[in-house]
Amino acid sequence: MSDAPVLRMESVRKTFGDSVVLRDVDLEVAPHTVTALIGASGSGKSTLLRCANLLEEIDDGAIWLDGEEITDPRADQDAVRRRIGVVFQAYNLFPHMTVLDNITLAPRRVHGASRAEAEERARELLERLGLGGKAGEYPDRLSGGQQQRVAIVRALAVRPRLLLFDEITAALDPELVGEVLAVVRGLKDDGMTMVLATHEMGFARDVADQVCFLDSGVVLERGTAEQLFGDPQQERTQRFLRRIVEAGRL
Amino acid sequence: MTVAKEESGREDADNKGDMSGGGDGYVPSQRRIDREAFKRARTRRATAIAALSTLVTGVVLYLVVVNAPGWPRTKETFFNGQYAREAFPKVLEGLWLNVRLLLICGVAVLVLGMLIAIARTLRGPVFFPLRALAAAYTDFFRGLPLIINLMIVVLGVPALRLQGVTVDPVLLGGTALTLTYSAYVAEVFRAGIESVHPSQRAAARSLGLTNRQALRHVVLPQAVRRQVPPLLNDLVSLQKDTGLVSIGGAIDAVRAADIIVGRSLNYTPYIVAGLVFVALTIPMTRFTDWVTARMDRRRAQGGSI
Repeated sequence: MSDAPVLRMESVRKTFGDSVVLRDVDLEVAPHTVTALIGASGSGKSTLLRCANLLEEIDDGAIWLDGEEITDPRADQDAVRRRIGVVFQAYNLFPHMTVLDNITLAPRRVHGASRAEAEERARELLERLGLGGKAGEYPDRLSGGQQQRVAIVRALAVRPRLLLFDEITAALDPELVGEVLAVVRGLKDDGMTMVLATHEMGFARDVADQVCFLDSGVVLERGTAEQLFGDPQQERTQRFLRRIVEAGRL
Repeated sequence: MTVAKEESGREDADNKGDMSGGGDGYVPSQRRIDREAFKRARTRRATAIAALSTLVTGVVLYLVVVNAPGWPRTKETFFNGQYAREAFPKVLEGLWLNVRLLLICGVAVLVLGMLIAIARTLRGPVFFPLRALAAAYTDFFRGLPLIINLMIVVLGVPALRLQGVTVDPVLLGGTALTLTYSAYVAEVFRAGIESVHPSQRAAARSLGLTNRQALRHVVLPQAVRRQVPPLLNDLVSLQKDTGLVSIGGAIDAVRAADIIVGRSLNYTPYIVAGLVFVALTIPMTRFTDWVTARMDRRRAQGGSI
């Protein structure tokens, strides 16, 4: 496999009305690497992920997935989304379906897998993420951490090329954060390419190959975890990290 | 309503009356025993008051009606036992038509209502005429009084003397009912579709499902589940409105009563028909209440539907 980036963004601009949410954003995500997006709430992390999955339409710039421009209006959006898995802050599991049906919906309806194949893979993934006994449960019977792990399984079930994590631990009780982050670590070891927007700085430092600090819709600073956390160059980055340390979160 | 609540309160008290629960050798304190005794006494008092007040209200209403100056005359005209006995079997026979109309129109209304609701939520320029048509349809038929709709369809269509078009008042009446109720039900479905949070659609789309697949597998199932109570409400309403097809001459329960009234000039058969309809709708209404309560409970427990 080549080292050509899985995801590439160039000069991406996104506005909501008068507010510019992303300004001139460039990003390259190499295969089998983890990119962490950090920054204050409202700095554009989530929007960046939503744009990458075409849930939001960008105003200017371009985004490529595996060298193919997905922001071309002629691109097949459904086909693009099939190759990108997303895990949301609020899990967004389908409440009217069991865990198993949540996971097998896309493999069966979108990828044409048979029920047996889809369920076999789903059970295998559930087992691996420590959710073996939960296949028949409805989401509202699960804890937040379990729901989020199911959401990860659901995203993995379609064998995505790229996984986007949108603050997946932000809605969890502190004691449940660890179980979800452990799953992400496991995925990194498996060589999954991931982009995560996160407030868990300690985790970002441990797991990320590349860290981007977003401030008011601009990627203000980027580098390895070591560079960015150890020796931030920008004054704003320093201030942001100092606040995080003061809050006891790093 | 209050009585029911008080009763269930008493049940709770009775359950707690067995105070040795837990199996850990717990002995209830005097404080708890006193408290439970007070609660039981209070519940008994509330029940007694409810019963007394019901009785008094009933007696007062009875006396007011019976002592009204026109009561003997009214009793003879509206509550005549002989005519009631004569009318009852005929009304029941007619009611079978109402039941069949309800079943067939009910299904047609659900299907048509769903199609219209979906048409209204379609996106994209191709579907503009469909969207506009669906919107115009619901606006028109929700505003048009049912009775006028019935007259136009049941009396107007046969007047056209179209080849091959039925003049059967039952079929035409059923069509009119379906037209009006589809508009109501479409709005119920549409409200349901719009009540499903956009994040659900986003989650479905992010998995690669097309717009249509997201609607079919994720949005509609949740929308329909949520809208069961209002849908049942509309069906109860449809059930009684099937009585209106009598204006075209179809012999349903209302018309059956009408025939006897016309002959005897005694209105008792109307009362009989009315009571029969009430008796028919009560199980449906109770069922609706039960479903609603069950869903409210689930929501109250923090679960989504």
